Formats: sequence, structure tokens, C-alpha cells
Amino acid sequence: MSDPFLTQMLPQLASGAAHTHALGFAYEGLEGDRVRIRVPWRADLVGDPHTGVLAGGLVTTLLDHVGGLAVWVALKGFQPIATLDLRVDYMRAAAPGVDLVAEARCYRLTRHIAFVRAWAFEVSPEDPVAASQAAYVVNSDGGRKLGANLRREPGAPA
Amino acid sequence: MTALLDTLPYARFLGLQTQLDGDDLIIVMPFADRLIGNPILPALHGGSTAALLEMTAVAQVALSYPRLRLPRPINVTVAYLRSGKPVDVLARARISKAGRRVAHVLAEAWQDDAANPIASLTAHFLLDDDTE
Repeated sequence: MSDPFLTQMLPQLASGAAHTHALGFAYEGLEGDRVRIRVPWRADLVGDPHTGVLAGGLVTTLLDHVGGLAVWVALKGFQPIATLDLRVDYMRAAAPGVDLVAEARCYRLTRHIAFVRAWAFEVSPEDPVAASQAAYVVNSDGGRKLGANLRREPGAPA
Repeated sequence: MTALLDTLPYARFLGLQTQLDGDDLIIVMPFADRLIGNPILPALHGGSTAALLEMTAVAQVALSYPRLRLPRPINVTVAYLRSGKPVDVLARARISKAGRRVAHVLAEAWQDDAANPIASLTAHFLLDDDTE
């Protein structure tokens, strides 16, 4: 009944990396195949100080990240994934000084690619601030192991 | 003008620095641990690179087409081309077309070599009607 991946690892994947932790991302829960995270409003995450609204780039990060969680839900476990591309439509200005919630659903999973839609909103996904459509590569590490990005590529300048 | 990003809280959060190359901006996101999304490789969070690209596009449009308000994104598409290594990222943007209300912008981000971008952005921005 209680799958430790869903109850323990998914919340950790929502906020456990340095960037998501610094942004204050928080796991909100899973309902069917729809997963939610929240970013609490903070003054240092605002885009335009004249509006007090959370930055567009932050909304993009929120949608990218919640989409990844939806892929792991579809995979029923952790595998390395990487966002291939992500399109975000900004439908309206977010309310100033208010948290944003994002919900994502992986609506098609193939052997190599996961297709995801996600929405960001203050109260209800029926009234979104932004919506995204993204594709993720599944098993994206190509055999790269721990610390792969710390090594210089052959022929790269020293 | 090069100080625009210093006034934007999220640009400061990302630590963005502005360089002016003629009329073109190059924005630098110096590496910081808080930008890491994958601690295993380790790799930058794609969202931090996407935010750099979007901020670069905003700054270039604001520089080339000054208006009373900042350009607001209508939509952005980011393609992730390579894993972001734990080093500085640079970005620049090119305005393909700016009409009275809408600007179309292309931007690229790279690390060691501008010829091997780690991400690219295609975006539309809404321009304020009133010029400065």
C-alpha cells in the first residue's frame, strides 16, 4: 500500500537538490498520476520589483521540476532523466506576494521519451498563471557515473 | 543600463553579472553550489540555465527597445542541448524581430565554448506601448 518510492523518495526528489532547496520548493502530494509542488513567495525570487510577482524564470524552473517528478511517477521509480525541451506559456500575471503551486502529469511514456504537461497557479489549475509542455529523455545518463561532469572532455582546453 | 539586472531580485539570486559587448549583452551566471540540480553528475538545474536565458532575453530587449515597463514573456521554449557542468554559464540573446507590441528573441547559453551551447531559448515578449 505505502510504496516507499512515493512516500519517501518522491518528496526528497521535489526539494532535496541544492537548487530546489535554495528556492524553497516543497512537495504537496500525489493524486493519481498528478503530482504537485509549491514554491512559497519570497522577495528575493521576484522578477520585476515594480510588480512583486515571482520571476518568469522561477516559474519555468518550477514547471520543469514538477514535470520531472511526474515522469518518475509514471516510471514508478527513480531513473536518470533529463529535460529535452520545455515550452512555457505565460497566460496572465501571477498575484503579487502569493505562493505558486505547480501540477504535472506525464500523459505518454515511451521507452526513451516522456511527454508531460504542467500548470502553475495560485489556487486552481483551472485558472493557471502558466502552462508547459515538455519532453524528457528517460535513462539519460548514457552510462555516465558519479562525478562525470567533473572530468574534462578529451581535447578540452586545460 | 548594464545595471538593470542588479535591480531584479531573481537575477541577484542567480548572481547574474552583465557585460556589454557593443550593443550586445553577455550575461554571466557564475557557478554556485545553490544552482546544482543533479548532485550525482553533478549538473546545474536546467531551470537555472533557463532562467539565465530568459533574463538575458529580457535585458537585451530592454536595452535595444527601452519602454516604461520591462518586457513581459508571452511564451518561452528552452531546448537543453548538453548537461550543465559545475562551472560558469554565459548567455547572449539576439532579437529576430521587434514590432510595436511583440518581440521575438533567440538566446543561447554556453560554458567552455560558445560553439557548443548547453541550452537555447526561443521566446516572445510583450512590449509596453509607451516608450521611455
